Amino acid sequence: MAELTPVERIKRESRGLRGTLSESLLDAHTGALREDDQQLLRLHGSYQQDDRDVREDRRQRKLEPLWRFMVRLRLPGGVCTPAQWLAIDELARRHAGSTLRLTTRQTFQFHGIVKRDLKATMQAIDAALMDTIATCGDVNRNVIASVNPVESPVHAEVADWAKRLSEHLLPRTRAWHEIWLDGEKLVGEPEEEPIYGRTFLPRKFKAAIAVPPDNDVDIFAQDLGFIAIVEDGRLAGFNLTVGGGMGATHGDAATYPRLADVAGFLPADQLLAVAEAVVMTQRDFGDRTNRKHARLKYTIADRGLDWFVGEVERRAGVKLGPARPFEFRTNGDRFGWQEGFDGRWHLTLRIPSGRIADREAAPWLTGLRRIAEAHRGDFRITANQNVVIAGVPAVERARIDALVAEHALDLHATATPLQRDALACVAMPTCPLAMAEAERYLHPLLRKVQGLLDLHGLAGEPLLLRVTGCPNGCARPYLAEIGLIGKAPGRYNLHLGGDGRGQRLNVLYRENLEEAAFLPLLDELIGTWARERMPGERFGDFLWRSGRLGEGARA
Amino acid sequence: MNATSAVLPATPLSPERLRHLGHALEGLDGAGLTWVSGYIAGLAFERARQAGAAPAEPAAPPSAVATVLYGSQTGNGRRLAERLKSQLDAAGIAARLVSAADFPARRLTEERLLFLVVSTHGEGEPPDDARAFAEFVLGKRAPRLEQLAYAVFALGDSSYPRFCETGRALDERLAELGARRLLPRVDADVDFEPAAAAWLDTAHETARRESGGPRLALVTPLRAGAAEPSAPTRERPLAVEVLVNQPLTAPGALREVRHLEIALPEGGLGYEPGDALGIWPENPPSAVAEIAALLGAAPDEPVSRDGRTLPLADWLGREREITRLTRPFLEAHAKRAGSEELTALLAPGRQEALRSALRDWQVADLLREYPAGWSASELVAALRPLAPRLYSIAASRSAVGDEAHLTVALLAGERGGRERSGAASSYLARSDGQPLRAFIEANPRFRLPADSSRDIVMVGAGTGVAPYRGFLQERAETGACGRNWLVFGSRHLDRDFLYQAEWTEALKKGRLHRLDAAFSRDTEQKRYVQHCLHEQGAELFAWLEAGATLYVCGDAERMAPDVHAALLDVVARHSGRDAEAAAEYVAALAAAKRYLRDVY
Repeated sequence: MAELTPVERIKRESRGLRGTLSESLLDAHTGALREDDQQLLRLHGSYQQDDRDVREDRRQRKLEPLWRFMVRLRLPGGVCTPAQWLAIDELARRHAGSTLRLTTRQTFQFHGIVKRDLKATMQAIDAALMDTIATCGDVNRNVIASVNPVESPVHAEVADWAKRLSEHLLPRTRAWHEIWLDGEKLVGEPEEEPIYGRTFLPRKFKAAIAVPPDNDVDIFAQDLGFIAIVEDGRLAGFNLTVGGGMGATHGDAATYPRLADVAGFLPADQLLAVAEAVVMTQRDFGDRTNRKHARLKYTIADRGLDWFVGEVERRAGVKLGPARPFEFRTNGDRFGWQEGFDGRWHLTLRIPSGRIADREAAPWLTGLRRIAEAHRGDFRITANQNVVIAGVPAVERARIDALVAEHALDLHATATPLQRDALACVAMPTCPLAMAEAERYLHPLLRKVQGLLDLHGLAGEPLLLRVTGCPNGCARPYLAEIGLIGKAPGRYNLHLGGDGRGQRLNVLYRENLEEAAFLPLLDELIGTWARERMPGERFGDFLWRSGRLGEGARA
Repeated sequence: MNATSAVLPATPLSPERLRHLGHALEGLDGAGLTWVSGYIAGLAFERARQAGAAPAEPAAPPSAVATVLYGSQTGNGRRLAERLKSQLDAAGIAARLVSAADFPARRLTEERLLFLVVSTHGEGEPPDDARAFAEFVLGKRAPRLEQLAYAVFALGDSSYPRFCETGRALDERLAELGARRLLPRVDADVDFEPAAAAWLDTAHETARRESGGPRLALVTPLRAGAAEPSAPTRERPLAVEVLVNQPLTAPGALREVRHLEIALPEGGLGYEPGDALGIWPENPPSAVAEIAALLGAAPDEPVSRDGRTLPLADWLGREREITRLTRPFLEAHAKRAGSEELTALLAPGRQEALRSALRDWQVADLLREYPAGWSASELVAALRPLAPRLYSIAASRSAVGDEAHLTVALLAGERGGRERSGAASSYLARSDGQPLRAFIEANPRFRLPADSSRDIVMVGAGTGVAPYRGFLQERAETGACGRNWLVFGSRHLDRDFLYQAEWTEALKKGRLHRLDAAFSRDTEQKRYVQHCLHEQGAELFAWLEAGATLYVCGDAERMAPDVHAALLDVVARHSGRDAEAAAEYVAALAAAKRYLRDVY
């Protein structure tokens, strides 16, 4: 029997995720937490990171790395109120370098918080009726759900399920309140964790709910998913999906991205029981000896879907029905104004890489704050790093439009489909895993790829491009038509062949290329696509149909 | 050779005596065994001396013969090194396994047999834990390594252009330094296992061969304690070379502090932790030129004084203080300039204004703002002779060999739109390459306790931390078992925590036992070292009661009095003494040389 990973010991001995976090915060001689506490901090919703741009310089100066903290909110379904937006904006200005980042899990991240400000940050988040519990670490993360509240009341119902699912899978420990809010200190044994047990999950766990035809949450990239089945305008129940996941490791064939399996149908009122059974099965059978083999996708791949479904059915006391038909049309967002079923309006803005800051000629942080001051509906963060200003009465639209124009927030109207749909993870300089640039590279990269589309007369064609700084998959690059996955500074693996609906993985086309090498390749392929495509045929579909990605096509 | 003889060297003792010796040593731990080995070596040396014969070469203690060193980012390198180590263990070959991060590279000269497993990352970079090691070995200070035999296993990923670069460079460099390459280097790709398995076998065979036969070691007798011939003095300094001159503070620090590593001639400049290095500075050329211009004199105008004739620029550059004002010069200048303003500054009751003038103004400022018609020779006569600057040495020779390290704050400011910098700090900042004139200034009043099992508490603000770096190195090198507590203060945790990475590393390794720090500009309420002492009062008093020595180093004007007051308060509060008795307690500490200050 292989040994448990060190993280397992840390979780087990943590007294309900407390460890020595309170003491670590008081260590004045370092901007870091003690090593074990760095692991525990994740389950409180924060990562210790350092500014990698200055890491080597500081090492030479005999200074420790410039330790900073990323803090990630829990925001089920990505919904927040204008008052919450204002509180978040205030925090970003006070403690986080005046930038906010919208993530692919429909929430906000702060970067660059110093240790001595962490507590004040958490307290302000609590005061705004939010928390950061379990948004990182080996536990169910922020639950995401299709945002567009357009089609029917079902969307509101689904948002509510996202919230209930998130609450249901929260750890029971009061450690977050105790440590960050100076709550009452635990005396004696830590709280029971009926769902997780003392060591929580073997690895991160991601859950989502999708409402067809929108697959904006990329349901097949999730450990646990529910596809809403709407019949006669009512929510009939969900198809359960299990075992999706993006992460892989360069050069390690035992790791791979995997699409979730559709396991069967369940009535809505069994969602929590089934979700809990999935989590507990993974808790008991997930591999705790190898963190690169610990996600649910490997448990299912190793033991089989039938076994897994049987285990879930037994634990939940539920028999899954045959999966019901569903159809996804896109994994992108619906930009611009949409009218909802109830006559209210929703405006989806494009925020490249989800980065909100005040830049010259683009004061987006301020613009969105002013919208939050004026707006009385709510905000929805999308899983594609964008934001929806939701629930606007028709008469208010002009006012919002004016603020959008005044602050240059109108990319949804001016950008091309390529530019609107692209995703990038954070990567350098804050992410410790990054091997190459992603967010900071997205803009120049898009300009060049757009140039190729323009050149071949395809300026307005959709083309889904995603770039990440490492193979762990935060921006779901394995589902893109063009996926660039960082290998080293300036070098990427080129993946091709996603479908724009989130239902087909791309494949590794060429390894370890610099821009000067992959742009000509793309130029040639896009040129062929332009000449030989069938009407409306997408790039990824064309590559497969024309045999460029099939067996033996890879050089 | 069988497994037993690999551990026990050939012996001149009878089996009977060996058995007795075995009984005597039973149950001793590593430290005990080490002590006994030294004790017996001493006996042997003494008897041989009395007999007038050279001592027989004693057998080497059963220390490691092979070192397995690894630099590893993902753990593959470490695991491989661990496998080699356990193979060697199984074969009875004494080996030690050590991460490059924990290996003082200058110790390479003491190694005989080295197996190096190292990976390469990104664009040919070493793994983080081997950066310092690689820098040293590849750098110009790497020593000759004729005594060393080695083999390198390089890990890499051939999809990168500079495949196995780190392993390649180190392998070639070791050969260049005179070491003997035992095996051709292996460059292993991502699927390294087959190559690794083969290499492990050969490496282990090679180690067996190389370590064969009884091992004897040479013992170098301690250097005689007699005074070294013609030790350099303040008056007859020695030219020394600057090896490293680098910033310690991050950009944005209010004051830049630099770390200097200075090569000392072998045996020429001995020092002990706590001592200072004296440097004869040269004044900033810009200030020299400015004064000459203000005098209306040519820089090469000859000026005679004290029986010597030198060009004016030399007098101003190397012989006279021009970056510091003195009161006598200010008085002379005020009189000569007939300035009421300056005269008023010297009047009683203006101490504060005078102090800031003496601190902030330089000679050129005075000449410019209050012209006084000095001739070149009059000015040279009126200025104070240049004095050497003394810097606490931030190193221990047992750790750094023939080097002295300094921690130098750059005094820089601006007045009237002109840059103003201190003589020595600007000199040292620009001294890359040129030799310095230096001497050792002994500081016998600021020494580590003779009994190394005593605890020490080191309080230092800013560059006042310098001698403690030497203290800690010395205590780590000599295996002192007393506890070490550092209380450090500066302005910003992120920018000017001098040697922060070393202190935190020492804390992790258990060489530093407590570390408290205060940063005055990070929070609204300013925190200084004395606040740490107050907060940790109970602990501090307990350490003092247990015999600890308290050191204070740094600013004399504010920090030292504040720390003193805090100490009195701590003693009173935690011992129940009244103020008078607390003062007596502290005075007794000082009298017993357990409260030592080096403040300036």
